[in-house]
Amino acid sequence: MENILEIRNVSKKFVSKKKEILAVDNITFNVKYNEFLSIVGPSGCGKSTLLRMIAGLEKPTSGEILMEGRRIEGPGAERGLVFQQYTLLPWRNVLDNVAFGLEIRGMPKKERYEIAKRFIKMIGLEGFEEAYPYELSGGMQQRVAIARTLANDPKIVLMDEPFGALDTQTRTILQHELLRIWEKEKKTVIFVTHSVDEAIYLSDRVIVMTARPGRIKDIIPIDLERPRKRDTLEFIEYRRRIVNILKDEVLKSYNMYNYSKDV
Amino acid sequence: MDIKKVIMPIVGLVLWELLAIWLNNPVVLPPVENVIKILINPQITLLGTGTLVENTLVSIKRVLSGFIVAGVVGIPLGIFMGYFSTVMDLFDTVIELLRPIPPLAWVPLALAWFGIGETSMLFIIFIGAFFPILLNTIAGVKGVPKILIETAQTLGAREKDILLKVVIPASSPNILTGLRIGAGIAWMCVVAAEMLPGSSAGLGYLIMYAYSLSRMDVVVASMVIIGIIGLTLDRGLRYIEDRYFRWRYLIK
Repeated sequence: MENILEIRNVSKKFVSKKKEILAVDNITFNVKYNEFLSIVGPSGCGKSTLLRMIAGLEKPTSGEILMEGRRIEGPGAERGLVFQQYTLLPWRNVLDNVAFGLEIRGMPKKERYEIAKRFIKMIGLEGFEEAYPYELSGGMQQRVAIARTLANDPKIVLMDEPFGALDTQTRTILQHELLRIWEKEKKTVIFVTHSVDEAIYLSDRVIVMTARPGRIKDIIPIDLERPRKRDTLEFIEYRRRIVNILKDEVLKSYNMYNYSKDV
Repeated sequence: MDIKKVIMPIVGLVLWELLAIWLNNPVVLPPVENVIKILINPQITLLGTGTLVENTLVSIKRVLSGFIVAGVVGIPLGIFMGYFSTVMDLFDTVIELLRPIPPLAWVPLALAWFGIGETSMLFIIFIGAFFPILLNTIAGVKGVPKILIETAQTLGAREKDILLKVVIPASSPNILTGLRIGAGIAWMCVVAAEMLPGSSAGLGYLIMYAYSLSRMDVVVASMVIIGIIGLTLDRGLRYIEDRYFRWRYLIK
């Protein structure tokens, strides 16, 4: 079997008292084993919603999502999600945060600490095992959250703008680290981002979504050798192409906000 | 210690002493030294009703019993009410109706149900401590950020793990606040409950008995003890809050 994930005609409608919002509209795509897939799109295009549906935190209004042929009915450890927000448990230190998934699985302390320490080292926070989240910077917290998800050994790693709140330098380092981990651990990664650059730098394929309601506008395979250089002609050409596709959509979403009364 | 903090207590003591000398009537206002004499000799039997220490211990024991029962019932109920909306719907109306009733309004019913004596007093203390514990626990559980629960779910947590490893630790600072407020109210209730008929020991009883014998020095000495213990209780629990739940104030 080639595909780890199949998203079939998935739509998501949010219903509130006043109105219905179609967030995701009839999306279909597959994700291959060990693939690094990015999703870009204008704000509010439903990319986070899509990710949350894959994680099992939201149910599709119609359509279905299959993982290894089985329908996803709820959240599970085989699909780890790194949230955009800071989500460390504030009463646990770094070590116990990273070991959390293994702990609820019932793994003995010694064993889970060993694994957690390995991942803490990997994200460059060796020596911070005893630190509490409030003692860490935002970037450090996000790295711990990534380590926590990876230590839990999910088959699919879902990442929702995980580097969004970080400065450029930290961001570049973590992108590099993420690729290294992905290559080493043979994970499947689905990565939602605002940054076209980031998507091209990281991914095997980039999905470009339309403004709300979110549909797939285009899927662009990135045929570049890794490690990629951001200043090569090919890279710049990919960027130009995706930015162009995206520009219309961003404008559209902007107009939608302005003329929402007419819609 | 900051000198400004002790100025007013000293001024108060001096005024009290001057007033007592001027009035020269210990039945209205006992002189400071009479009260201090009782406080520094807490092992002396007072008015044939036991020593100050004995009476204090009786009150503390009652508070602890009522308070512990309130915690044992209030915390789990609060957790379930905060977490499961069905449980909330079941109990919410009843609790909202009972909550505004002051503990002392329960006295006649308590006496009718449990008779004059220990059980009635425990019941009053229980009522006093129960609601702050329950309501703070509910607020704590409801205030657990949804994203922490979702995080746990994507790491494979089941309902039991979420409750034990996310919801309870996340709401524990609020639970402790509830316990602190509950303890304060319980301490007030015990004194009131001990003033009821049928009581034969405790600080509240001592106050009422001394009053009937016009021994205001004993009344005031007992009041001082009540104040000191209430303060210690509050400070102790605050210390635990600051020491073990520091993360609560420092979340980024």
